[in-house]
Amino acid sequence: MATLIKERRIVADTWRLLSRGPKGELPEAPAQGDAIVPLALWIERRDAFLSYPSRLGVWLDANEGPDPIAADLQRLALVAVNFPKFGDGRGYSIARLLRERHGYKGELRAIGDVLHDHLHFMKQCGFDSFLLREDQDAQEALSALDTFSEGYQTSVLRPVPLFRRRLAAAK
Amino acid sequence: MYHYDEIDQKLVDERVSQFRDQTRRYLAGKLSEDEFRALRLRNGLYIQRYAPMLRIAIPYGLLSTRQLRKLAHIARKYDRGYGHFSTRQNLQLNWPKLPQVPDILAELATVEMHAIQTSGNSFRNITTDHFAGVARDEIVDSFVWCEIIRQWSTFHPEFSYLPRKFKFAVNGAKSDRAAVAVHDIGLHAVRDEKGEVGFRVLVGGGLGRTPMIGFVIREFLPWQHILTYFEAILRVYNRYGRRDNIHKARIKILVKERGPEKFREEVDAEWAHLKDGPATLIPEEIARIENRFTRPNYLGLPATDAALEATLVADRAFANWHKRNVHPHKKAGYAAVTLSLKQTGVPPGDVTVEQMEKIADLADRYSFGELRVSHEQNLIFTDVQLSDLHSLWQEVKALGFATPNVGLLTNIICCPGGDFCSLANAKSIPVAEAIQQRFDDLDYLHDIGEIDVNISGCMNACGHHHVGHIGILGVDKNGEEWYQIQVGGNQGEVRPGVGASLGKVIGPSFARAEIPDVIEKLIDCYLERRDSDAERFVDVVHRVGVEPFKESVYGNVDQRAAHRRGHLASA
Repeated sequence: MATLIKERRIVADTWRLLSRGPKGELPEAPAQGDAIVPLALWIERRDAFLSYPSRLGVWLDANEGPDPIAADLQRLALVAVNFPKFGDGRGYSIARLLRERHGYKGELRAIGDVLHDHLHFMKQCGFDSFLLREDQDAQEALSALDTFSEGYQTSVLRPVPLFRRRLAAAK
Repeated sequence: MYHYDEIDQKLVDERVSQFRDQTRRYLAGKLSEDEFRALRLRNGLYIQRYAPMLRIAIPYGLLSTRQLRKLAHIARKYDRGYGHFSTRQNLQLNWPKLPQVPDILAELATVEMHAIQTSGNSFRNITTDHFAGVARDEIVDSFVWCEIIRQWSTFHPEFSYLPRKFKFAVNGAKSDRAAVAVHDIGLHAVRDEKGEVGFRVLVGGGLGRTPMIGFVIREFLPWQHILTYFEAILRVYNRYGRRDNIHKARIKILVKERGPEKFREEVDAEWAHLKDGPATLIPEEIARIENRFTRPNYLGLPATDAALEATLVADRAFANWHKRNVHPHKKAGYAAVTLSLKQTGVPPGDVTVEQMEKIADLADRYSFGELRVSHEQNLIFTDVQLSDLHSLWQEVKALGFATPNVGLLTNIICCPGGDFCSLANAKSIPVAEAIQQRFDDLDYLHDIGEIDVNISGCMNACGHHHVGHIGILGVDKNGEEWYQIQVGGNQGEVRPGVGASLGKVIGPSFARAEIPDVIEKLIDCYLERRDSDAERFVDVVHRVGVEPFKESVYGNVDQRAAHRRGHLASA
């Protein structure tokens, strides 16, 4: 069973993640219950989903981007980004775009090949919940959120780069 | 020498803890082979043909003697007593034991060193001109810009899992000694008409399987904007670079598939959101980085030294060395000196721990306790007093590092090759040795003049064969080692004239034993055709084309057909 880390704690996952089928076919639209649907299903059923009785989230695959849901981000209770393989870094850019360019404030969840050693950078890029791959030791993974105490670059968590913060601290 | 501040140090220390924990989890079976591979590569740790190989970063090739002594200590304690300086200005150890690697990293951290991102699909060591800070044709001190980019590219949260490796080169002088056109991003410092510093930005250059000359995406990027502009380029690459095929994953392929103009448009569209944002550089930060570099405490000296001039006349061997291995300095009374690691019989770039320690002693006494690693795999003392040159030469000669061949045919750039590397198709070091043995007459070498001979043991091109004036590539044919020859490559506009260019293959490949003969024929062809000895081998290739060189090796068309038949018969 995959474990969810949210707000630095291991928590029960109340969301149902609707995956595509083995040949990429879309899942059936859910009737109720908190659900995360693939982007294509959201696009296909958007109008019907607007009156969905429970909370609804959309997941983006690594080759997708936030543009198709940009106008609807206020309505979504959750956005997830899929990491198809642990070495695939596209999701980091997608997360920053969601947070920084589109101002998304809701829950941003990493799904797929989400491993211990990725959590720190994912967090910096704006993810705040992590659906760990099944084999991961969630207790150990919690410590990885704080691997590095600082970072040189701008990120979602540190919008001001170190060189400007250093200067401000010196003044 | 750049000195870490508390945060620089802390990040490196935290990396050591992180890698220690990763190694522990791997050895406990909690990390798969594949996943650990991606993590260990980010710390420069390969599993090679015989044992792991650890690649230690030497940012922009700058090393203090304290660091060099630590490297010697590490090579002695954890390895077999020697190291290999690579063409990326790094140091490679070929025999460390995996469980000890975290301890090695911890030792490195005590002298402000690390192995961060020396491999893997991430930003690699930033390389630059080995005469940065002392060159007479300097526009900016490229070390400052390299360090700014080093910090920006270290543990970048968004760009740590790129489609493929990513290499920056920065050139701060008029001459391009950093080969900026064959890097993923190359920066060439320029000043505009008001004297403001900016950079010509090249993108999509590289060697390897698909060698390409970088395309100028921006003629003049004001210095304030480099980081936001990089973020724009990297975001486009991170999102759209190919991940389905490792051989098509470098940014050069994306630039090529999109077309340079379309690629530029995409970058500009992304940059429009980032430009003038918080990552825009400020003068205070440039000054802060500049001030963290210690500078040699130069004496006020006359521009010439009478004793030196007299010795140059009296001592021919010294004069030969001085001609090739001593380089002009922007400060009067000083010179830069190359210690050649290209002695015949020793793999290019290899140094024993005893030699490292002796070099450290020399650098302390003659060059302010610092040295550089050049991408030509030599070591450079950049700040030697003219009056010390003769005694330094005698000491360097005793160590075997005074081969007066810098820029000459025997100063061969060479990867470790099949003797050490599991990727190699063929050995490269014995080829270098055979060439060095054939051309052992110094007068003849000086007569041939400046020429770059580069050897790679496979198409990954660690020996930069595409940009050798003569490039040699090891290829595998039915399990046998063969060598393909190219001519006319050039790493960049080191001298005015020929810019960066890729060599052209002259024809079918050769057995190893044939290589010295082939090189000799190419050299003869050049000597017959040059206008004067100021015209280099590469200049002649560019002036007359490849055909005469082809003919000199394979004969005319009929003879070539016979050559092919011979090969077919032997295959």
